[in-house]
Amino acid sequence: MTSADRPIRVRRVHPWLLGVAWTSPWLVGLVVFLAVPVLLSLIYGFTEYSLIEPPIPVGAANYREMLGDGLFWRVLANTLLYTVLAVGIGTVLSLGIAVALEQRVPGSDLVRAVVFLPTVVPVVAASLAWAWMFSAESGLINTLLAHVGIRGPDWLGDGRWAMLSVVIVGLWGIGSQVVIYAAALRDVPRQLYDAAAIDGATPIGRFFRITLPQISPTVLFNVVMSIIWSIQVFAAPLIMTKGGPDNATLVYSLYVYRNAFEYGRMGYASALAWVQFLVALILTGMALWLGRRLVHYRGAS
Amino acid sequence: MSSLSASSRSRRAWWQRLALPAVLILISLVFIAPIAWMGATSIKPESQALEGGLRPLPRIERDGGGLGVTQPDYWRGVAASAGATYRDVLTSPFADFVAYLRNSLIVAALSVVGMVVSCSVVAYGLSRIRWQGRGVLFLITLATMMIPATVLMAPQFILFKHLGWIGTYRPLWVPAWLGGAFGIFLMRQFFLGIPRELDEAARLDGCSHPRIFVSIILPLARPALAVVALFQFTASWNDFVLPLIVLNHEHEYTLGVGLYMFVSKHGSTPWNQVMAASVLAILPVLVLFLLTQRAFVEGIATRGLKD
Repeated sequence: MTSADRPIRVRRVHPWLLGVAWTSPWLVGLVVFLAVPVLLSLIYGFTEYSLIEPPIPVGAANYREMLGDGLFWRVLANTLLYTVLAVGIGTVLSLGIAVALEQRVPGSDLVRAVVFLPTVVPVVAASLAWAWMFSAESGLINTLLAHVGIRGPDWLGDGRWAMLSVVIVGLWGIGSQVVIYAAALRDVPRQLYDAAAIDGATPIGRFFRITLPQISPTVLFNVVMSIIWSIQVFAAPLIMTKGGPDNATLVYSLYVYRNAFEYGRMGYASALAWVQFLVALILTGMALWLGRRLVHYRGAS
Repeated sequence: MSSLSASSRSRRAWWQRLALPAVLILISLVFIAPIAWMGATSIKPESQALEGGLRPLPRIERDGGGLGVTQPDYWRGVAASAGATYRDVLTSPFADFVAYLRNSLIVAALSVVGMVVSCSVVAYGLSRIRWQGRGVLFLITLATMMIPATVLMAPQFILFKHLGWIGTYRPLWVPAWLGGAFGIFLMRQFFLGIPRELDEAARLDGCSHPRIFVSIILPLARPALAVVALFQFTASWNDFVLPLIVLNHEHEYTLGVGLYMFVSKHGSTPWNQVMAASVLAILPVLVLFLLTQRAFVEGIATRGLKD
């Protein structure tokens, strides 16, 4: 075959077949490791399945049980509390740090690296490091508090403080949000600030009237991603408090994990996971709906 | 923002000019404290670790008196104290950290190679071939990033059980060979930035798609390949949930699970040893991060960009 024939031969392959062929690993991956598990759990959600015995169909019994399961409502409430705290404080904090970093004082690149660093720390090591920080007797936090005359609480052993402690571990990992916000802040057109300077706007006025509307799509993106991250919080409460004290930090994923792998109730765990998925979907939908209205408002003005 | 002109900068009072650096230093201290304290605790003897206090370095006593940091014997003592803790960790009857380290490396290496290969191939299909459905597939890919991973915990376990993969490393690296949403997204964005004229000229010269992919696109996409490799390495190294549910035997554990089990098995926590083990677990990613900090940060920043 001469080289002149080859392009013609290549063009004969239907582009659709070609596209499917090139993306086939991902198509297989989507089906096998995503669609199949999701469908399996939908089916197993209607069974009693101990993993040892074959699954027994029980109809909607798992979902009915959930309604009367006090612990289910408790873990749902705990997870929503965690989400509200982590997303709320995390958004304000990461925006604040990003604005401070973008003032470009000498050394801010180093600070950015330090803030980002915790996001690469393995979650087990991070949870253990914070458990040690929070130690009531010899932890660094209570030692520092004692130096200024405050008797620190038993962070992980006191039901009133345990959830906040777990939230703080999550907040330690806001580095990626900070970096995303910083990139967005750099893209805000300079002319807008120059115009505001002529109008004599205060820094705070500038932030709320110019910066925040300009970066609102990024805020929406970060809020949605951190809602999804918060709903699945798992390792920190497992490692630091094992869900205690008195279920104060028993979060949704931990309850799913216990049902699936400790109580041998894979059917109930599957049903729980589906409800978790729906909760994530509803919260994300709410954030997107709210966000669209706010972003639209900016476009209209 | 860099909106402040030089004149307004000079008009600010001295305390205003100092406030920002002070805030930045405070932020850095808060973020670095857990890691710094982890390191400090790991070189102390257990009794001193539990005393609390703010001393970053251990106290070394000789002949009833404490040695000062200026004495050479003091640093010999610190080295001996640190050496003892790390030796205790590495030879602990509760854990085999050398094996965990090796297991984590094997899993990370396999999944990094798989992720880079599969994501670049799939991204080529999404950016260089015009076919019906590629837009939909890209949207589906983005949507999968919205599925909380723990929702899949129980169903994936059932799937792996059906496949006979429980108690093997396969659940930890085989899926990476079929691509991942973030890697595909990042790679596609990068490929779209490579001028089409390059491969169109090659097509007219009779180059096939695999040839264009290997000899034109891949060499130009090296920075994107590196970012995907970095992210996959840390994701694999830091993975905890999946190894926790699929690995059954102690000698199979990866570092995260091994560390967790090490703590769970102890009655009372020997904090100096736990912190030393944590240092061992974070050291590889820490070194990698320090060497490639810029690529990491820029990779994450592109995540927020939506076209």
